Amino acid sequence: MTKGSVRFENVAKRYGEVTALKPLTLDIAPGTLCTLLGPSGCGKTTTLRLIAGLESASEGRILIGGEDVTNLSATYRRVSMVFQSYALFPHMTVAENVAYGLTVKRMPRREAQSRAEAGLEMVGLTGFGDRLPSELSGGQQQRVAVARAIVLEPEVLLLDEPLSNLDAKLRRHVREEIRQIQQRLGLTAVYVTHDQEEAMAVSDRIIVMKNAEIAQAGTPHDLYERPASAFIADFIGDANLIDAEIIGSGQTKRIRVDGIDHKLVMQTTLTGAVKLVLRPHQIALSATPRTDSIPAEVSYAAYLGNHIQYSLTSNVGEIFAILPPLETPFRRGDNLFVSWRSEDIRLVSQ
Amino acid sequence: MTRIVRFWSLLGITAFLLLPWYMVQGGFWTFGWVTDPGGTGASAALHVASGRIWLLGPALGLLGAVLATVLPLSQAARARAWLVCGVAGLALLIGQALLILGTGPRLAALGDAAQPGMGAGAFVVSVSLLFVMTTGISALGRGRGDAFVTGLVGLIVALVAVFVFYPMAFIFVQAFELRGGAGFGLSEFVPRFFSPQTWSLGCVTGSGTCGAAFNSLMLGILTGLGTTLLGLSFALIFTRTDFRAKRLLRALTILPIITPPFVIGLALILLFGRSGSITEFAHWAFGMEKTRWLYGFWGVWLAQMLSFTPIAFLVLIGVVEGISPSMEEASQTLDANRWQTFRRVSLPLMRPGLANAFLLGFIESLADFGNPLVLGGNFNVLSTEIYFAIVGTVADPAKAAILSMTLLAMTLAAFVLQRMWLGRKSYATVTGKADNGQNAALNPGLKWACYLTALPWAAFTLMIYVLIAFGSFVKLWGYDHSFTLQHYKQAFGIVVRNGVHFVGAAWDSYVSTLTIAAISAPLTAAVGLATAYLLVRQRFTGKNVFEFSTMLSFAIPGTVIGVAYVMAFNFPPIELTGTALILVLVFIFRNMPVGVRGGIAAMSQLDKSLDEASIMLGANSFTTLRRVILPLLGPAILAAVTYSFVRAITSVSAVIFLVSARHNLATNFIVGRVENNEFGIAIAYSVVLIVTMLAAILALQAVIGHRRLRRSDRVAA
Repeated sequence: MTKGSVRFENVAKRYGEVTALKPLTLDIAPGTLCTLLGPSGCGKTTTLRLIAGLESASEGRILIGGEDVTNLSATYRRVSMVFQSYALFPHMTVAENVAYGLTVKRMPRREAQSRAEAGLEMVGLTGFGDRLPSELSGGQQQRVAVARAIVLEPEVLLLDEPLSNLDAKLRRHVREEIRQIQQRLGLTAVYVTHDQEEAMAVSDRIIVMKNAEIAQAGTPHDLYERPASAFIADFIGDANLIDAEIIGSGQTKRIRVDGIDHKLVMQTTLTGAVKLVLRPHQIALSATPRTDSIPAEVSYAAYLGNHIQYSLTSNVGEIFAILPPLETPFRRGDNLFVSWRSEDIRLVSQ
Repeated sequence: MTRIVRFWSLLGITAFLLLPWYMVQGGFWTFGWVTDPGGTGASAALHVASGRIWLLGPALGLLGAVLATVLPLSQAARARAWLVCGVAGLALLIGQALLILGTGPRLAALGDAAQPGMGAGAFVVSVSLLFVMTTGISALGRGRGDAFVTGLVGLIVALVAVFVFYPMAFIFVQAFELRGGAGFGLSEFVPRFFSPQTWSLGCVTGSGTCGAAFNSLMLGILTGLGTTLLGLSFALIFTRTDFRAKRLLRALTILPIITPPFVIGLALILLFGRSGSITEFAHWAFGMEKTRWLYGFWGVWLAQMLSFTPIAFLVLIGVVEGISPSMEEASQTLDANRWQTFRRVSLPLMRPGLANAFLLGFIESLADFGNPLVLGGNFNVLSTEIYFAIVGTVADPAKAAILSMTLLAMTLAAFVLQRMWLGRKSYATVTGKADNGQNAALNPGLKWACYLTALPWAAFTLMIYVLIAFGSFVKLWGYDHSFTLQHYKQAFGIVVRNGVHFVGAAWDSYVSTLTIAAISAPLTAAVGLATAYLLVRQRFTGKNVFEFSTMLSFAIPGTVIGVAYVMAFNFPPIELTGTALILVLVFIFRNMPVGVRGGIAAMSQLDKSLDEASIMLGANSFTTLRRVILPLLGPAILAAVTYSFVRAITSVSAVIFLVSARHNLATNFIVGRVENNEFGIAIAYSVVLIVTMLAAILALQAVIGHRRLRRSDRVAA
């Protein structure tokens, strides 16, 4: 095990009767940014706080950099955290905030000051040291929180929904900055969010959690292209989940949707009833029937400038499609035909 | 952790070897014991050598802990060893203290061993063992492995156990003890507990007087109801009308804090007593007979109404302000008129606040001691009965204990009821979101009803206070109204002849009151805030029990605490009566709720992520407390210190049994003057106290205001 790795061995967390985290095993490689993604209450924040030492594990072992820290207090773990609320100390200036972690470690004042200045420079806030946090904008406060965490040169940097208090435009900018700093310093970072787009954008690896356990872990590409369950398919990028059935076996495997058999290109070990995963932009709509197409009626159409969203009702349920703007867009009540390319489909179990 | 354990156990061993184990005559800080190492100043080690072999136990615990720090053990084994050593040492220390008393051992097997009360050495050794134990617990991974947190929990639990629960236990022991040392049983307790003297309903059935318990109960209910209604009137005027002199009303709320006990009673005597001004006037104008109606139920009730209405007002302001304006606006947009809005929306939302105010008034009334003492006459209530059972011509501690239990049962029942009622329902209507609506104004009928009840009452209250100031400057109230400074001279005279001589009779008690209040105030605030910190910020096993037991001490009336202290700390192992220490202690644990409440309120305002951020940046809990929480709590701390100080000055019920000739207190001095009918000097003294306390509070507000200024200066820079 090298510096900066994080390892959980069957770590569980319970509050009395409530299970916040089922026994969990995970490995986070040094120098990577790993995202814990999931809906609220899925256990992602609990996992982060267990790494931080702000919660103690009910069972299992936690290792950071190969060292068992299960019973080590948060104070002595070489881990820093950026809080959702930033948690800047309101009675200290920006510079005092950034230097705080250094001064509590008894670093000489002058050295702490220069390190804090370097930290502020890294996040582009040179010259803001004398201000109070309340005099900064949300984005600036966020960067102070990052600077305060990284001047300690932690083995692991934890980020708890760091962008949730920023407006949408700023979010993309700040997440790129965070990613750049993480890569430049080669930090191990664990990032909690419930926003899948944000997760896709910053992560080396994503761990999707649901109901206090891991639903699937992998690179953003893995999760999008090879979802292991209907939940993942739907959660990582939108997806149409259509009931289907696998017919035949071996080379003659076909997939039956709404009574019509379709060609099956991909290899799969699944059999019987499955769900077809189709991304909205993989759906083709036409006014006239095509081979193997499904009839559907437009129930809602929304013009969004660079694309148009359609909701359609069909025998296989509601279908959501995204199409580039057409000369003559479809309208509500139009009867259309839905089709897709065989190679685009993914299958997950029901 | 190893370093912490080593520090405490070595400190404990040093104390064991060097400090006097037992209480020293003349006090520890005179250092008389240094020159007498063989006698009273003997350390535990010397006592062990001279035959008190049982004192060795605690030292063995400490030695074991030191040994565990040097032996090559695993982390877990070491932690367990510390825990075992700490627990065993404490158990041996407590065991020997409870078994071998001043008069001899409880068990015949121990021969005729006897020992005096524990002193400095025993104290340091106990604290060391406690921290060895808590550090062991934290090393086992409890409390997130934070030795400071487990230590603090241990310390507070130990303090509450020794200074609240241990004395309270004596009340039960005393109550069940049979006469002549014949052991314990119910045979005497049951008939005395249910004695008709306590529970008689004679005044209702028309056959004589009522028992003290019934009197207390009735008084409590009527005071609770009255103060709640009046308080609501005031609160409605304050928040829902365009009344001009709101600041004056607000000033009312500060009065009960700075009013020494007896003052209101005295003022009422000056007005309504047999030679009171209003009585005289009514006699002269309408030929009304001069009676002693004031000395009894109605007099006490009136005094309590005056004393406790501001408390209800304070509670209800918060409640009425807490009703989100949007609720009332919603009601009005649904076409309800102002009366319907008040009746169907606002009032139901105030219900928990009203219940809270009622129960607070009820508890205050039951615990009140000063007013019944001055105005009670033949009207007996539990708190005064307890007092007379202790200091009366026939001292009867068992009776005092049994009456204390009755009183305690009532206040605890009220307290539990309050918690249950408030716990079940949520009426919170103010959310974190900004809410810029306007509260609905009262409808005219209700508004005038409020004006007509509350404003005369406010005028009456004001008059009482003016009267007090006036009364301190007249020769003899009701007979000779010529101006004089004689009362002040008598109490606070200073003669400058060959130096300055404080010849006034009150100087001693005034100085010792201020000294003891000044010593106990910061300690009270510290204990209270530490408790609040643990309650708001930390999670640990048994926290619910911890919370409930600290809250319970809110409900113990001062008289009961006083009786309990007299019974518990009058003989070894902890012998404190007659010292200033016991006064400091009783103030700390009596006023702790003030600090806890203030601390909880202030700390709940601070986002928990601030602490967590500090911890994540490598600060331990202690550094976090010092550098993040305390600076942000600055004003709350100052407020807690000031209020503890002021409450210590006005406290009477708890300390009246504990004062001694050397450490007399202001309130006790005043009781003495009142009992001798020297009203002038009592009032003059009260005025001086009010001015003292007002100065303290104004100084506090000046400091807090100044702080805010400085911060905004910095923002501007």
